[in-house]
Amino acid sequence: MKIASYIFLTTRLVHLAPVDMAVILFYFLLVLSIGAYLKNKSNTSEDFFLAGREMTAWIAGLAFLSANLGSLELMGWAAAAYQYGILATHWYWIGAIPAMLFLGLVMMPFYYISKTHSVPGYLKLRFGEGSRILSSVSFALMTVLMSGINMYSMALVMKVVLGWDIHFSIWVSSITVAIYVVLGGLRSAIFNEVLQFILIWAGAMLIPILGLIEAGGWANLQRQVAINASAQYTHLWSTLGSCNANPMGIHWTGIVFGLGCIISFGYWTTDFLVVQRVLSAKDMRAAQMAPIIGAAFKMFVPFIVILPGLLALSVLPMKLTGEAMAVATGGHSYNEVLPLMLARYCGPGLLGLGVTALIAGFMSGMAGNVTAFSTVWTYDIYGALFNKHSTDEQKVRMGRWCTILGVLLSIGTAYLVMQFLSIMDYVQALFSFFIAPLFGTVILGMMWKRATPAGGFWGLLCGMTSSIALWAWVKLDPSALRYVALSPYAKDMAENMYRALWSWLVCVIVTVIVSLVTTPKPESELDGLVYGVTTMPIEAAVPLFKRPVFWAGVVCVVFAAFNIYFW
Amino acid sequence: MTTKTREISIWFFIGVSLAVNGFLISVAGLYDFINPVAHPVVLARLHASLWWGLFLFVLGAFYCVQFSPLRHLSQEQSAESLKR
Repeated sequence: MKIASYIFLTTRLVHLAPVDMAVILFYFLLVLSIGAYLKNKSNTSEDFFLAGREMTAWIAGLAFLSANLGSLELMGWAAAAYQYGILATHWYWIGAIPAMLFLGLVMMPFYYISKTHSVPGYLKLRFGEGSRILSSVSFALMTVLMSGINMYSMALVMKVVLGWDIHFSIWVSSITVAIYVVLGGLRSAIFNEVLQFILIWAGAMLIPILGLIEAGGWANLQRQVAINASAQYTHLWSTLGSCNANPMGIHWTGIVFGLGCIISFGYWTTDFLVVQRVLSAKDMRAAQMAPIIGAAFKMFVPFIVILPGLLALSVLPMKLTGEAMAVATGGHSYNEVLPLMLARYCGPGLLGLGVTALIAGFMSGMAGNVTAFSTVWTYDIYGALFNKHSTDEQKVRMGRWCTILGVLLSIGTAYLVMQFLSIMDYVQALFSFFIAPLFGTVILGMMWKRATPAGGFWGLLCGMTSSIALWAWVKLDPSALRYVALSPYAKDMAENMYRALWSWLVCVIVTVIVSLVTTPKPESELDGLVYGVTTMPIEAAVPLFKRPVFWAGVVCVVFAAFNIYFW
Repeated sequence: MTTKTREISIWFFIGVSLAVNGFLISVAGLYDFINPVAHPVVLARLHASLWWGLFLFVLGAFYCVQFSPLRHLSQEQSAESLKR
């Protein structure tokens, strides 16, 4: 009784019935059972780190998307939709779809043909050890730190929503993830990610359906949002002509070039957390189709994330505020949008499924982080610096220990954030320092055979340094934002977009200049790594509807139609 | 998914998950239908728990049957006996 009262604190947003607890408990039992079942199927390093490269396009594609669909992603963007309106959808459409299609059609063949185990592994083959170490160390560090931040945020939400003790949430979910990943490696993580993807949809889809019924359809929702907030909140592009014409304070160039061309391409094509899922595909066609399948589903995620935020503007009787104001006034914060909508429509059973969707989102994100961390550590840090001749058995053993280490470091970060909340902002900024320059290095490496190892290394280093310098400049002098984001009306969100753009440009310019004055690798060493000197496998005579390019075209048409409809 | 060693399909696990969750939710929905609560959720008159639970249950049951390991085993056995 004492333990129960310790776990379930008295203050909470929703109350779970026994049937809700049964749904949540069953979820935990199932994911652990999958891990136990796959225990004997991860004996080699190929099995443990790349799921034996046996996944179908559907499984790799759904896992690719699910690894990104964490609980913070769900709740954070629902909150952003409440704050900024439909503009938040850009992070799902222009901020994802073109990059995912580009990964499938253009970049995947190089990752796949080179038989690399990781993105830093590709950099080693293309640019040498320096670039690999720089990217792998930064990636490993940032991955566990981000995982810890996500863990703390999730535990905080569970405390607010369900009244669960923070320590209980952190340890139970982390230990569960650690057990199923240690047992079954990437295969287990992928199986669970696909399961979690389905549960997220099953648990979250009722909110927009019932919300639209209550609001009286899309047209009525638009009218209501215009009254309660502003008419700008339901337009995707028409308010982006000026920074002061939209709630996000951003210009369309920031969205198109910063988000659409740099940040999204950096994340979706070079962040090993997501690319690892596609590398597990069973053949080249599956590897190309996986991101395209992911893109098709990604287009519909705003239905369960952004729409609830807009619906909340229309149907919730109270006004949500920022976290500090909510704490001071005892009200609700933006971050509680999704749980509030869940509590509004979902009775016993459905509520349990909705909470399971949030937990599943968190666990899929965390499993993605720890599997990517253990792979990069084992191959690109341990294998490159400490034991260059490690056996297959040693790699698997190291991978299992790294999974535990990754989880423990994440837990440590979560506790650190609990003590010093400002760390969260710093670490989130740190993560953004690496993505844009890394994309510059990888894309030049793949597309330009003249790029040299020295050019790749110095370009990456200078890109990262410039990103850090710009961030520090604005941190020390907030008025500098007008120069970084090119507008006196620019807000924080615009800074991220433009910082990514500038750091990418610095990376590309330095790489080009250094490459032109240094000696390139002979072409014979670039086969399988660079466009133009790689013999691409000829696609067998398959019908049009089985070709990746056809489905990418279909996704493009739907993507364009959505953008025009919500213009 | 087919692999070198016989492996239970991920879709079977998903079927089990949907069927069990669907069963629990529809039973809870049915209970609410028979015994309405004092403070119902918004749009409770639509009985979302009941029909959503049933939908998940039917979908899950279909996946369980379609990707049942026993079904695949019997298909393999009949294919082998035909070869002989």
